[in-house]
Amino acid sequence: MGQEYAIEMVNITKRFPGIIANDNITLQLRKSEIHALLGENGAGKSTLMSVLFGLYQAEEGVIKKDGKEVSINNPNDANDLGIGMVHQHFKLVQCFTVLEIIILGVETTSGGVLQMDEARAKVMALSEKYGLQVDPDAKIEDITVGMQQRTEILKMLYRDNEILIFDEPTAVLTPQEIDELMVIMKNLAAEGKSILFISHKLNEIMEVADRVSVLRRGKYIGTVEVKNTTKEELSRMMVGRDVQMVVEKEPSKPGDTILKVENMTVASKLHSNNAVKNVSFEVREGEIVCIAGIDGNGQTEMVYGLAGFEPLVEGKIILCGEDITKASIRHRSTHGMSHIPEDRHKHGLVLDYPLEYNMVLQRYFEPEFTAKSGFLKKKDIRGYSERLEAEHDVRSGQGPITIARSMSGGNQQKAIIAREVDREHKLLIAVQPTRGLDVGAIEGVHRHLIEERDNGRAVLLVSLELEEVMNVPDRILVMYEGELVGELDPKKTTVEELGLYMAGAKRNLSVDANTSEIEESEVVDNTREGKEEAK
Amino acid sequence: MNERVEKKNILKNPSFQAILTSLVCIVFGLFIGYIVLLIINPAGAGEAIKTILLNFLSRSSSAAQMKALGNTLAKTAPLLMCALSICFCYKVGLFNIGAAGQYEAGACFGLYAALAWNMPWYVCLLIAALAGAVVGAISGALKAYRNVNEVISGIMLNWIMLYLTNMMLSKKEVKDPASPYTLKLSSANADGLIPTAGLNELFSNNKTVTLAIPLAVLFAVLIWVILSKTKFGYELKATGYNKEAAMYSGMKEKQNIIVTLAIGGALAGIGAAFLFLTGYQEWSTTQTSVPGMGFNGIAATFLGGLHPIGTIFASFFIQSITDGGALINKSIYPSQISDLISSIIIYLCGFVLFFKFALNNWIDRSAKREKAKAKDPEPAKAAEGGDK
Repeated sequence: MGQEYAIEMVNITKRFPGIIANDNITLQLRKSEIHALLGENGAGKSTLMSVLFGLYQAEEGVIKKDGKEVSINNPNDANDLGIGMVHQHFKLVQCFTVLEIIILGVETTSGGVLQMDEARAKVMALSEKYGLQVDPDAKIEDITVGMQQRTEILKMLYRDNEILIFDEPTAVLTPQEIDELMVIMKNLAAEGKSILFISHKLNEIMEVADRVSVLRRGKYIGTVEVKNTTKEELSRMMVGRDVQMVVEKEPSKPGDTILKVENMTVASKLHSNNAVKNVSFEVREGEIVCIAGIDGNGQTEMVYGLAGFEPLVEGKIILCGEDITKASIRHRSTHGMSHIPEDRHKHGLVLDYPLEYNMVLQRYFEPEFTAKSGFLKKKDIRGYSERLEAEHDVRSGQGPITIARSMSGGNQQKAIIAREVDREHKLLIAVQPTRGLDVGAIEGVHRHLIEERDNGRAVLLVSLELEEVMNVPDRILVMYEGELVGELDPKKTTVEELGLYMAGAKRNLSVDANTSEIEESEVVDNTREGKEEAK
Repeated sequence: MNERVEKKNILKNPSFQAILTSLVCIVFGLFIGYIVLLIINPAGAGEAIKTILLNFLSRSSSAAQMKALGNTLAKTAPLLMCALSICFCYKVGLFNIGAAGQYEAGACFGLYAALAWNMPWYVCLLIAALAGAVVGAISGALKAYRNVNEVISGIMLNWIMLYLTNMMLSKKEVKDPASPYTLKLSSANADGLIPTAGLNELFSNNKTVTLAIPLAVLFAVLIWVILSKTKFGYELKATGYNKEAAMYSGMKEKQNIIVTLAIGGALAGIGAAFLFLTGYQEWSTTQTSVPGMGFNGIAATFLGGLHPIGTIFASFFIQSITDGGALINKSIYPSQISDLISSIIIYLCGFVLFFKFALNNWIDRSAKREKAKAKDPEPAKAAEGGDK
């Protein structure tokens, strides 16, 4: 068996200040298998892969290729050994074409002039062979995330890499694109490529992987054959306890209207059409309303309009009876609006600030944290941060003084949620709050949202995850091409029906009607059975 | 396990690192300067480097030494202000290369107020600050509303302000008709001179040693306090690190950018006033190059470890070698040598960040080597035992 491994990482240990990211981990990848690496955020998956890719050096342990010990000191060494990686956040030059990106660094030249024809032929051949559709002449900035990812995969294939690492490749894809990717990965394995698939999405692992290795808090838990295991067992291995797969909640008891949106229209930054067209809806206290839809149908712009990032072209926003259409962002945030932003690196955190400073990002000016003289009350800020970290289990290397950039994605998100939930608010806007999180953390986020609802807050959830859309909210509004096209009851509808609305094939709301008039009783009185049937 | 992680190498202490790397830069710069001197004329190289380093100490009598030190200090104050201007903006994520232009604006309006309107020194100081702030705010507004890089607009404003200053100060009410220089402040408007407050007595009655020097140090402390301890500093730094997050949190991020560059401009403007309102020198209305003060400020900022307090010492050092360079024996070396050597040293001062990076790499590698050594006698066992 030993000689059949394409790559082996034996007893790898990697430390960072205050934390052991990888503690004596062994990972063995067989030839032409799809091997999943499963673990919560911060479990050490990305670190392990960075060691394999030469971005970090392990303090202990060895890496073997085809049974022979090798040393990988930088990504070039990894490339020479045939190891390629599709990163979680693509590292592509925006103004290059797909073809230019693929050949970047391994260009064939003749007398200093690029030989593009040969490269193009090879790329097209690869693209055909593995079903990776790309437009070689499109600019990176103009193509979808899915096509960017296919470009990254082609980049690895173009370099004749034998070992392909996919670092959470599905986090940024739509459901359809995920299906396509699964097929591509199977093709690649069938053609003899060995694949390491880093993920915390159990469905995908069950569908595509041959074996799974599980990490937990930097430690190696074990490796199992996918065909001999279940989702439940895997999640237990990953989290170390049983995880609630179905969200438990009482029926909602909606009260007064908190957020009322009337005929909201928001311009698009990408094209001359409006991104959000004449949208009207309400969110009441004690209910979770979910805006569902395929990415890019105006959800982002709608939230920007609500949060005050973008001015409205038309329409009105009323928060707790007050017209906030023209109010500043600060006014909204101090008058009842909390906002878990879609992009935690862009909006949610000042990554170079310590955690404690990020915890008071919207409150630093309040008397609690700033004295009348204008000096920050550093002790109070630290104390507040410590309390939030403890209450919300935010893990970091050095506590409040940890620089946010050095924290894992899941803990960054936990910190943002802690901050937004702890502030005084009546409305919580949560935009893809579980994006890129693992099962354990997702469960925590969902519990928080429902807790918020039960505490009488109005929750507006924007989600792309079908499972989340079906399980968490009390009402679903489907957005398609900037319009609200459907209002559904999650207990009565099915995934298939939801899909038809999301694809624009069906609608039950007209464009100009003020829409939130679904019968309240219907929402409240439905029992769980409806949902079981739907499943 | 914890002990091992927490036991910190003193080399990893950030303040220690900043000081060490600055010193390494200085030594390296002196070494390169020495080699250049050796190439030009080996006979006087050692002597020349010694002169540069000793600066005022190379004078013969102690009274002359104090007087020379006074001159160096008088020019350190404006340099420190320019360095603070750049340091402040840098902390907020902006590279204020326009400090030179803001400095020119300060010189222009500060001198004009003193000479044409016969204003007292403190009013002139305010006017200089205001002029610098306006020039800074122009770069800031362009950056905030039109996303024009502050480096580009800063460099262009440097030249615009140079010629505007030459033009303004060529007017007959402020310029000496017999020379290209502005009128001597001491005879034209003695009230326009920053008071010496007795400080001149300490430096062999050097009248250019004024309140400007302690004021500049005070500004350094003030900037440090603002950046690290106040709500205002929190907002500005957040804007500098991440404009989008600042917007999300409800800060007025556009306004913050303008305010930052305006403050930077005010500091540089005051810097000019700290030179020209001491009577140290007059403005030459025929000069065709942007004064080096603003650019030397960049070197002082980096050499000072990007810390307001550090820039105090860095500014003094840079000014000292610049003055020392002027004392090199001109019979052995051409007259440009002083500028050449001091600029080589200043240039290498900019390498602080590079040395810091190299130092950290070296620490990592030596730590790994030691670990490997420690492992050798008892191979796998020790490693496993330590980690479980």
